Amino acid sequence: MIHLALPGALVALLAGIGVYGVLARRNAVLVLIGVELILNAANLLLVTAGSRPGAPFSAGPVLTLFVITIAAAEITVALAIILVLFRRAGHIDLTAVPDLTDDPDDPDDPGDLDDEVESWGTPDGADDGTDDGTDEADDADGTAAPTAARSGEGAA
Amino acid sequence: MTTRDIVFVAVGVVTALSALLSVTTKHVVHAALWLLVSLGSLAGAYLVLGQELVGLVQLLVYVGAIVVLVLFALMLTRAPIGPHAEIDTPWWQRAAGAVLGAATTALLASLLLPLLSGATVDLDAPAATTPRIAQAVFGTWVWPFELLSVLLLVALVGAFAVSRLVLHREDPAADGAVRRAEGVRR
Repeated sequence: MIHLALPGALVALLAGIGVYGVLARRNAVLVLIGVELILNAANLLLVTAGSRPGAPFSAGPVLTLFVITIAAAEITVALAIILVLFRRAGHIDLTAVPDLTDDPDDPDDPGDLDDEVESWGTPDGADDGTDDGTDEADDADGTAAPTAARSGEGAA
Repeated sequence: MTTRDIVFVAVGVVTALSALLSVTTKHVVHAALWLLVSLGSLAGAYLVLGQELVGLVQLLVYVGAIVVLVLFALMLTRAPIGPHAEIDTPWWQRAAGAVLGAATTALLASLLLPLLSGATVDLDAPAATTPRIAQAVFGTWVWPFELLSVLLLVALVGAFAVSRLVLHREDPAADGAVRRAEGVRR
């Protein structure tokens, strides 16, 4: 035997905590955590109502399973959108002023990407040049393995 | 207070405290881990309420899939390790959120507690709940159930399409830079 007022109190607590979580977070993924808590409060209310005798069609547990499935679909799409936002803006801060301009001269968005790519690109190019030199040396040695060629160079 | 009441109070205290920690902690990754604790103990609450199938599905889908997805999203968005104050809104907005959350709790409690006060359910008699749920799912609820599988497919394809979205620009040079940056990140 169980008193159903206890699950009711837990439903109220979880929903209130979820509302606070949605309102008090700036990180988009953490806002989703608050949404999940609200959905779980709804699930617990459905289970509590469905455990009363005489509930028709097993509606409580079945609708809880449906809500769990819908929550899985929701969070999949939401996380895909958050990843696109991160790729586009570089952060997932929901209170930041959105960059709605499509101006390539804007120093915030495309300039940083250009600098990043250039700074990553130049050392790679230098490494490629040295690698080409060693490859030619390997070819001159014949069919020697690269590790053998390097050890030979170290010994020489 | 029966035994089930005591067990439910214990599980419910764990659920509520870990939920509170998951919305107030300053560590980004800890929030997801506290959410895992909260959802897992909520599965225990479902077990105490006599719904084994719902508790197991909660463990499988929420703890096994959704929290892992959240952790992956935190890692892919380069979540900072350690305490980080930038994940919270300013204090006045948090105070307003706390007031609104408390108001939601008070509203729901004032509605649910009189409705459910004194209501008791005898769950100790052996009852075949899972066969009844199965018959209901594939009997009464079969069309919503099939629609739900279509919804899952649509969500999967939609998430794939959104994550493959290439944001085009007017300038072909900047577009090339974005494409090169995506190539470097992959």
